[in-house]
Amino acid sequence: MYKIVCKESLNPTVTKMVIEAPAIAKKAQPGQFIILRVDEEGERIPLTIADYDAAKGTVTIIYQIVGGTTKLLDSKQQGEYISDFVGPLGKPTETEGRKKVAVIGGGVGCAIALPVAKKFHDIGAEVHSVVGFRNKDLVILQNEFEACSDKYIIMSDDGSAGEKGLVTDALKKLIESGEQYDEVIAIGPLIMMKFVCKLTKEYGIKTTVSMNPIMIDGTGMCGGCRLTVGGEVKFACVDGPDFDGHLVDFDEAMERGSMYKDFERHAYEETCNLLNKQVEC
Amino acid sequence: MANMSLKKNEMPHQDPKVRARNFNEVALGYTPEQAVDEAQRCLGCKNRSCVAGCPVKIDIPEFLAFVAKGEFEEAYNIISRQSSLPAVCGRVCPQESQCESKCVRGIKGEPVAIGRLERFVADYHNANCKELPAKPESNGHKVAVIGSGPAGLTCAGDLAKKGYDVTVFEAFHVAGGVLVYGIPEFRLPKAIVAKEIETLKALGVDIRTNYVVGRTISIDELMKEEGFEAVFIGSGAGLPKFMGIEGENLKGVYSANEFLTRINLMKAYRDDSKTPIYRAKKVAVCGGGNVAMDAARSALRLGAEEVYIVYRRGESELPARAEEVEHAKEEGIIFKLLTNPTRILKGENGMVCGMECVEMTLGEPDASGRRRPVVKEGSEFVLDVDCVIMAIGTSPNPLIKSTTEGLDTERWGGIIADEDGLTSRENVYAGGDAVTGAATVILAMGAGKTAASAIDKKLMNK
Repeated sequence: MYKIVCKESLNPTVTKMVIEAPAIAKKAQPGQFIILRVDEEGERIPLTIADYDAAKGTVTIIYQIVGGTTKLLDSKQQGEYISDFVGPLGKPTETEGRKKVAVIGGGVGCAIALPVAKKFHDIGAEVHSVVGFRNKDLVILQNEFEACSDKYIIMSDDGSAGEKGLVTDALKKLIESGEQYDEVIAIGPLIMMKFVCKLTKEYGIKTTVSMNPIMIDGTGMCGGCRLTVGGEVKFACVDGPDFDGHLVDFDEAMERGSMYKDFERHAYEETCNLLNKQVEC
Repeated sequence: MANMSLKKNEMPHQDPKVRARNFNEVALGYTPEQAVDEAQRCLGCKNRSCVAGCPVKIDIPEFLAFVAKGEFEEAYNIISRQSSLPAVCGRVCPQESQCESKCVRGIKGEPVAIGRLERFVADYHNANCKELPAKPESNGHKVAVIGSGPAGLTCAGDLAKKGYDVTVFEAFHVAGGVLVYGIPEFRLPKAIVAKEIETLKALGVDIRTNYVVGRTISIDELMKEEGFEAVFIGSGAGLPKFMGIEGENLKGVYSANEFLTRINLMKAYRDDSKTPIYRAKKVAVCGGGNVAMDAARSALRLGAEEVYIVYRRGESELPARAEEVEHAKEEGIIFKLLTNPTRILKGENGMVCGMECVEMTLGEPDASGRRRPVVKEGSEFVLDVDCVIMAIGTSPNPLIKSTTEGLDTERWGGIIADEDGLTSRENVYAGGDAVTGAATVILAMGAGKTAASAIDKKLMNK
C-alpha cells in the first residue's frame, strides 16, 4: 500500500498527489512514469512523474479526471492509501548538452513538462516555456514554470489567460523572431504534439515528444503501447516514452488511443454514480 | 496385480458446449477411486524411464505406488521433494512428450496418466491438508530472485527449503508471472497458483511486488547495497513479436500477451472489472502454440461467434500440447492450417475488418527439421474477422540486460547461461524463458531448480 502524503486540487479537473514511494523517489528522473492501481479491483494506469524528492521518499503525480480510474483516485484523500504504485518506468528524458530549449506544454501535459523544464534549467540551459490551456480557470503550475524558465509564454483558446491562440502560434513567433533552439520538447495532447512537430520540421528543429499510450504492464511485456516511429514498431514503455517527434505516426496513435472510449465513458459515469451513492450513505 | 487396461482412466471434463462459454476449469480431476485405479496401471518397472523424461526428476514410480495404495498424502510428500508447484505442473506440463512418452505401458496401449495423477495428488493435498510447511532455520545467506514465474518460484522454493533468506522481486502487483497473467483460469485456476505461493511464503520466501528490477533497483544495487550474495534472473519472455505485416497497429489487433493479461491478470472477462477488453464477434489468432490456443479459447469464452487458429504449417507441426488442440477443437475453434496472414484490413474508425491470407504447402525440411511452408500461388483470400491476436512468440525483455553491465546475451537477446544457470556475471544466475526464449512451465522450473542447486553449492563453498 502507498500512502497519499498530500493532495491538492490545481484546477476543477486536475489534481496533484504526493505519494510515499521511497524506492521510486530514489530513482526517478524527468520523463519517466509510474503505473498505479487505486484498489484491489482496479485497472493499471500509467501516469508521468511530475516531481520527486529522494530525501523525503515521495513521488508527485498530477492527473486529470477523465475516466473511472482517475475519478476513483480523486475520491482518495490525504492520509489514505492506494494499492499499487510501480516505477520509475520508461527512459528518462535526454537533457545533456542542450544549451537552449523550448518546452511546450499543453493542458495537463504541463505537469510532465515541468520536471523536464526544471532539469534543463538546473543544467544551465536557457529555457523558453510555452504553455497552452483552454481558459484561465484551467491554468496550472504557472509559478513553478516561471521559476525555471527564462521566458514563459501562456496561450489560451479564448484569450482569458495570456494571449489568445495556440502554442504553435507562440512557438512560431519565437522561431521567426530569431530564437535558435537546440531542441523543442512538446508534451500535451497528441493533436498538439502533432502540430508542434509539423511546425518544427519546417524549421528543421529537433523535437522530442512524450507519448502516453494505453498500457498494462509498462515493462515491455504486453505490447499494448506500441507506436509506429520512423516506420518501425516501438514500445512506449521500454523504447520511450520520449520519441523523435518528426518520426512518430500521430494519426495512428490517436486512433489507437480511442480504442476504449466508450468503455471509459461508461466507467466514468458508473464511478460517479458509485461515489455519489457512497456520499448519500 | 497391476491394472492391465490398455487405456487411461478418462479425465472428467466440463461439456465442451458449456465450457466454451465460461471461464471455469475445463478438466474436473480424478476421483480417489479413479486415481487408485489409474495408479495401479504402473508396473513399477526397474529402469524408471518416466523419471528420465521429467525435467525436475520427480520419483514417479514411488509416488504412483502410494497413490495405488490410497496413501495420497505420502504420494504428495514424494512429489514435493522435487517440485515446488505440483498442482500447477499436473495441469500444464506437456506430459505426452515428457514422462508419459517414456512409459512402458505406452508401447502397447496408453501410458499411465502420470500428469492427471500428479494433479490429483496435489489437489488432494491442497483440499485436505490445511497445515503450511514450517519455515526452515535460516542459514544467514541472502539470495534475490527476479520474477515470480515458474523459474523464479522454483528457485526460491528450493533455496528457502535449504534455509536461505530469499526475496523475490515481481514487477506486477501479484506474484505468479505467466501462471497468473498468461495461462487462463479455465486451464489453471488462479486460486491454485495463490495456494502454491502461500506455501512458499510459509517457507519464509519474501515476495516484493511492484518492483521492477532494472528500473526500481538494479542487480548491482541488489548485490552491493542490499547484501544479496547471489541473484537468479527468471524474468521470463519479453516483448511480443509481430509479423511486420500491414495493419498490425489497427484497433482490434492484440498481442496474445496483452489479450491474455487483460483477461487473466486484470479479470477483464468479469462484468465488474475496471479493465476494458474488446469483445469481438469473429477472431483470428495467428500462431499454433499453447499461447495461441489459450487466446483462441479465451476469445470464445468472451462471446465470439467464430474463432480461427491461423497457422502456416500443418496439424502435426502445431507446437501446442495435443490436449490443448483437442480441447480447442471440441469447443469449436476453427483451424485454418497451412494458412498465412499477409495483411490486416482497416474498416471504420481504424478497426479491423478482415485479414488477408494466403494458403501454403509444405516444402523441404528447414533448419529446424520441420517442412518449410511455401506460398501457394494465387491463393489469396480474406478471412472475415473483426479482431486479430498475434501469438507468434516473444523476444527477451531488454530491461535487465541494458541495466546490468557485463551480463552477456545472445544476439537475439536471450541471457547466456551455462548448464548450472551461471551467467557471465559472478554469482548471477538465470533460467527459464529469459535464457531459452518462450518455452514451457516445466522447463523453466527445471532451470530454476538447477540454478538453486548451483547457488547453494557456490555459497556453501565460500
